[in-house]
Amino acid sequence: MVTALETAPEQIPLEAFLFVSAIIFSLGVYGVLSRRNAVQILMSVELMLNAVAVNFVAFAVYTDPELFRGLVFGVFVIIIAAAEVGLALGIILRLFRNRGTANVDEVATLKW
Amino acid sequence: MTVAEVLFYVLAIIAIIASVGVVTVPNIVHAALFLILSLLGVAGFYILLSNEFLALVQILIYAGTVGVLLLFGLMLTRGREQNLPSVPVGAQWPAGLVASMVLLAVLLTAVLDVEWPRDAGEVTLIDINTLGGALFRDWLLPFELVSVVLTVALIGAVVIAHQEEGEA
Repeated sequence: MVTALETAPEQIPLEAFLFVSAIIFSLGVYGVLSRRNAVQILMSVELMLNAVAVNFVAFAVYTDPELFRGLVFGVFVIIIAAAEVGLALGIILRLFRNRGTANVDEVATLKW
Repeated sequence: MTVAEVLFYVLAIIAIIASVGVVTVPNIVHAALFLILSLLGVAGFYILLSNEFLALVQILIYAGTVGVLLLFGLMLTRGREQNLPSVPVGAQWPAGLVASMVLLAVLLTAVLDVEWPRDAGEVTLIDINTLGGALFRDWLLPFELVSVVLTVALIGAVVIAHQEEGEA
């Protein structure tokens, strides 16, 4: 079992990971474009960030094993995502307190 | 089919179904829980890619912290008279669907078209010591910058969300 997992990258083609991450990324795009609740848009952004991180790590393991730059990028993506969620939720909370809504369609002051 | 392949398909199905749930279920709390499930599926991918460290970071930071933060955000932005929109998606959802499907088609054709460099069939595994060494030696400056970014973002979040005196 352990050895089966250790050689897993040799048994699964790189394309498989790219396929799954492409599907998850497109679902995230759909969520961002269709959902109207700010927190749900944030969740869809998280999906997209995750798909990108999977891509980075898969490329690092398959094509760049000496320097594994993609792996380091994966770590950075996760850190930035954490910062982004904290800040975005702060903004959404402030928005909700000032406007009484978390629906992005009702917050259109910058649009004219 | 090998164990790794079976695990990959199971994880892929879990992650994709959970992601569909995130963007389609009407109840947003369920959507947040689906998001956590999807993030756990991705953590499984990291284990399949032989990156236990990244899988643990994913579970602790992403599925744990970010998931709980989002649930708290949902709780705090829920009005007393349930003023959330009754329809979970806006009127522009068909355009969004078309745009995302076009993007998916482009991405999948690109993946299928390119000849990926993996002829050797030999994958070197990166263990946690090597990753830590690289992170603190070759990537020290970006690492420190990211730490500053995280600190600034969190202080900014506190300042923005802080309720001032006399404020409704």
